[in-house]
Amino acid sequence: MKNIKIHTENMYLYYGSKMALNNISIDIPENKVTALIGPSGCGKSTFLRSLNRMNDLIDSVKIEGNILLDGINIYDKNIDVVSLRKKVGMVFQKSNPFAKSIYENIAYGPRINGINNKSELNDIVEKSLRNAAIWDEAKDRLHDSALGLSGGQQQRLCIARTLAVNPEIILMDEPASALDPISTSKIEELIVQLKENYTIVIVTHNMQQAARISDNTAFFYLGELIEYNKTKKIYTNPDKKQTEDYISGRFG
Amino acid sequence: MMLQKFKRDAKGFIFEGLTLASALIIIAILVVMLVVIIIGGKDMFTWEFLSTFPTDGMTKGGIFPAIFGTAMLVIIMSIAAVPFGTITAIYLTEYAKENSIIAKSIRFAVRTLAVIPSIIYGLFGLGFFIKFVGTGMDNVFLGGQLKWGQPNILWASLTMALLTLPVVIVSVEEALKTIPRELREASLALGATKWQTIRKVVLPGSFSGIMTGTILAVSRGAGEVAPILFTGAAYYLATLPGSLSDQFMVLGYHIYIMATQSANVDQTLPIQFGTTLVLLLLTFSLNFTAVILRYRIRKKRIA
Amino acid sequence: MNKFKSFIKRLIGKFKEKKYNSTDKIDITNKRFRWSDFIAEKIIKSVAFFSITIIVLIFIFVFRESFPIFNFGAKEKPKTEQTSDSQEQYGVPAAEPAQQEQYGVETTEPAKQEQYGVETSEPAQQEQYGVQTTDDTTMVENITPVEETASGSTHDDNKQAVKTLITKEWQPVSDRPRYGLIPLLIGTLKITIISLLFAAPLAIFAALYTAVFASKRMKELIKPTIEMLAGFPSVVIGFFALMVMASFLQNIFGYDVRLNSFVGGIAMGLAAIPIIFTITEDALTSVPKTYYEASLALGATKWQTAFSVMLPAATPGIFAAILLGIGRVFGETMIALMATGNAAMMGINPFESVRTLAATIGAEMAEVVFGDTHYNVLFLIGSMLFIFTFAINAIAEFWVKGKLMKKIQGK
Repeated sequence: MKNIKIHTENMYLYYGSKMALNNISIDIPENKVTALIGPSGCGKSTFLRSLNRMNDLIDSVKIEGNILLDGINIYDKNIDVVSLRKKVGMVFQKSNPFAKSIYENIAYGPRINGINNKSELNDIVEKSLRNAAIWDEAKDRLHDSALGLSGGQQQRLCIARTLAVNPEIILMDEPASALDPISTSKIEELIVQLKENYTIVIVTHNMQQAARISDNTAFFYLGELIEYNKTKKIYTNPDKKQTEDYISGRFG
Repeated sequence: MMLQKFKRDAKGFIFEGLTLASALIIIAILVVMLVVIIIGGKDMFTWEFLSTFPTDGMTKGGIFPAIFGTAMLVIIMSIAAVPFGTITAIYLTEYAKENSIIAKSIRFAVRTLAVIPSIIYGLFGLGFFIKFVGTGMDNVFLGGQLKWGQPNILWASLTMALLTLPVVIVSVEEALKTIPRELREASLALGATKWQTIRKVVLPGSFSGIMTGTILAVSRGAGEVAPILFTGAAYYLATLPGSLSDQFMVLGYHIYIMATQSANVDQTLPIQFGTTLVLLLLTFSLNFTAVILRYRIRKKRIA
Repeated sequence: MNKFKSFIKRLIGKFKEKKYNSTDKIDITNKRFRWSDFIAEKIIKSVAFFSITIIVLIFIFVFRESFPIFNFGAKEKPKTEQTSDSQEQYGVPAAEPAQQEQYGVETTEPAKQEQYGVETSEPAQQEQYGVQTTDDTTMVENITPVEETASGSTHDDNKQAVKTLITKEWQPVSDRPRYGLIPLLIGTLKITIISLLFAAPLAIFAALYTAVFASKRMKELIKPTIEMLAGFPSVVIGFFALMVMASFLQNIFGYDVRLNSFVGGIAMGLAAIPIIFTITEDALTSVPKTYYEASLALGATKWQTAFSVMLPAATPGIFAAILLGIGRVFGETMIALMATGNAAMMGINPFESVRTLAATIGAEMAEVVFGDTHYNVLFLIGSMLFIFTFAINAIAEFWVKGKLMKKIQGK
C-alpha cells in the first residue's frame, strides 16, 4: 500500500446534539480513488465535507477526534483553513460554475492566490482544461459564459477549476449524479486519469460507479463506518452482512 | 334541500362578491386618483414647466429648482444610504449567525426603522444633525459662526438616508439570499477567503438587487416631505443650492406649500397639479423599474 | 500582553508571506493573518450595528429636546437657555403682555419669589433665576421694546406648560400659551378610527379575495395594483384629498367644514390600505394549504372555508396588519396637514376639523424658537409618537409572530 494521505481516528461529528458521524477511523491512501458509499443520510457527504472543513460553515456542527492530513491534524487551532482548502479541493454534486466566462472561472483560484500575470494565467487555464478533458470543447469559447455549457461540461469545468489551484487531494461529492450516462462516463474516465497526480475521495450513490473507478471503498451506514476495504473485496466478498445487503440492493 | 343549497350558494356568491368589490373599490380609487392628477396636470407637463424657475411670486413659471433639489436630495441620500444598507445586508446574510441575538436585534432595529413615522426622522434630523452635529461643527470649526447649525440640503439628505436605509437593507438582503450557497462554497473550496468570496462572487451576483434597493429608496426619498419640513426644504429660492450648507426646493414640499400656504390657491392650481404629476411620474417610473429588476432577480432564482 | 504578542507575530507573518507558487507544497500549519479580511469583517460588523445605533440615537435625541420641559429645577439650565434665546428669539411674535408686567426689570425679584416660592423653596435657585430673567428682559426690551417675547421666562413657562399638558386647550401661540395635548390625542384617535373603519375591511376583504377566490390572472392584476398605491407619496394623497376628495365627499354628505376628520381619515386610509392588504395577504397565503383542502374535502364551500378556516387561522397576521396600519396612520403627517383642517377641537363629530399629533409637529416646528417651551412640547409629542410606534412594532413583531407560529404549527 502507498502512503497514507488522510488518516482519521475516532472521529465524531454532531449537528447540535444529534450525532451524525460515530467513531470513524479510516486511512485514505495517496494517489488512489477512495469511494464512500451508503444510503442517503448515512453521513458519507458529511464526512467528505469534514476533510476540507467545509462543515465549518454550518454553525451547529461540532467535531471530535482527529483528522490527520500528512500527519497534521487539520482541526488544530493553528491550521490555516484557507490554505487547507487550497490543498484539499472539492467538486460538488451540482455543478456550480460562477456566472463568469469559462476563462474567468478557471482563473478565479489562481487570481485569488495573487497570480495576475496574463501569460501565466493563460498557461494555467489551458493546462487545467486539458487535464479535465474539456479543452477541446472549450478552447474556442473561453470568453463565453460558463453557464452556456451543458451539465456534463459544467461539471468538468468545475473539476478544471479545482485543478487550477493545484490541490493534492480532490474531494468529489456525487459529481455525476445529475448527469446523463455519456457525461457520467466521461467524468469517470477523467477521475481514473486524475488519480496519477491526485488523491481522490469520491462520494457516490451509484455502486457500479464505485466499483468501476475506485481502488478502495468505504461503506457508511447510519453515521458509522461499517466496512472499509479494497473495492474488489467489498464487491465480491464483503465481511459484513449489512454491506452485502446494501451492495446486492436489498436496502438503501 | 334545494332551497338550502340555493341559500348557501347565494351566501357564497354575496360573500365572494363582497371581497371582489373591496378589491375593485381600492383599484377604482387608485385609478380615479391617477386620472384626476393626469388630467389636471397634463397641460402643464411641458419642457418649459420642467426647465424654468417659478416667476411672479410663484404664481407662474416652472418648477426647475424643485426638480433639481429633489435630484440633489436623492443623490446625496443614496451616497449615504446605499453603502450602509448594503453592508448591513452583507452582515445579516454572510456574517451573522441566523438565530444569534445580534442578528435578531439588528433585524428588529431595521423593521422598527421602517415603521417609525417620517416626522420623527424630521425631529431627529433637527435635534441631532442640525442642533447637535451642525451647531457642534460651527462651534468647533467656525468659532460659533452660524453655518451648519441650520437647515440645509446635507442634513435633509442624511435624514432622508436614515429613513430609506431599511428599504435598501431589505432589498439587498433579498438579493444576497438569491446567490446560491453552492457558489459561496465553490469559492471557499478554491481557497478564497470569506471577504474574497463576498467581493468576487456574492456582490457581483447581487448587483441588480443593490440597484433595486437604491431605486426603491430613491423613489421613497423623492416623495417624502415630513422629514425635510424643518431640516432643509425651502419655500422659494431664487438660486439653485450651490453648496451642502444651502437650503433647497423640493417637489413634494412645493406641492404642500402651493396647496396650503399660497396666497391664491386657485390661481396656482395648474402648477400644483403639474408638480404632483411630475412627482408621481418620477416615483412610479422608479418603482416600475424596481419591479422589473426584482422580477428578473426572482426569475434567476427559480432558474 | 499575550494577545499583543501574537498580533505582532501575525503582523510579521503577513510581511513574510510569500507569493503563491504553483509548485510549492501548500503549508497549512502557518495560520496567516489576512488584513483585508480582518478589516472588512470589522467594518461590516460595526456598520451593521448602525441601525441599532440609529434607533438609540433617535430615542436619545428626540427625548433630549423634549426633556427640558420637565427640568425646571436644573441649575445649569439658564445658561444654555440664554445662548439660544439671545440668538434667535427676537423675531418671534409670540407676545405676552401679561408676563411682561410680571417680569419688568424692577419687579422681577418679588414677582419671582411669589411665583416660585409656592412650589420650590430653594433660595439659590431663585436668585439665579431672577438674575437671568432680568438680563433677558432688559436685552429684549432694548432691542424690541414693543414686541415682548415669552422666551425669557422659559423656566416659568415650562412649569406652566407642564401644568397645561393635560388640559383641553392647545394654544401654544397666545398671551397665555396652553399646551393641552388632549384635543390632539382625541383628534389623532378620531382620525385613526375613521381611517381604520374605512381601510381595514376594504383591505382585508381584498386580501381575502386575492388569497382565496381570485384566479391567478386576477391575482397578478390586483396585487401589483394595490402595491402601487403604496408608491403614492403621502403628499400626493394629501393633495388629492385636499383638492378633489374633500369637495366630492362634501357634495355627498353635505357637511359644513370642507376639511375635517372624515376626509382626513379616508385619505389616511388610502395610505394604510396597502400595508394592511400586503400583510393580511401574506398571512392568508401562509395558512397551510392542507387546511384549505381539508375543509373543502369535508364539503364546505369556498366561502365557508375562507370565512371559518382561513380567516381564523390568519387572525394574528391580520391583527399585526391592523396594528401596523394604526402605526402608519398615527404618525402620518402630510395627509393630516393637508386634509384634516388642523383645528384642535374636541368634539366627536366626524365632520369637524381636527388636529393630529404628527400634524402639529409638522405645522408648528418650523415656526418655533429653538429651545423654547413650545419647541420642547413639540419634541415631547414626537417622543410620544416614537414610543407608540415602537411599541406597536414590537407587539406586531414578537407577540403576534409567536401566536401565529403556535397557531399554524398546532396547539
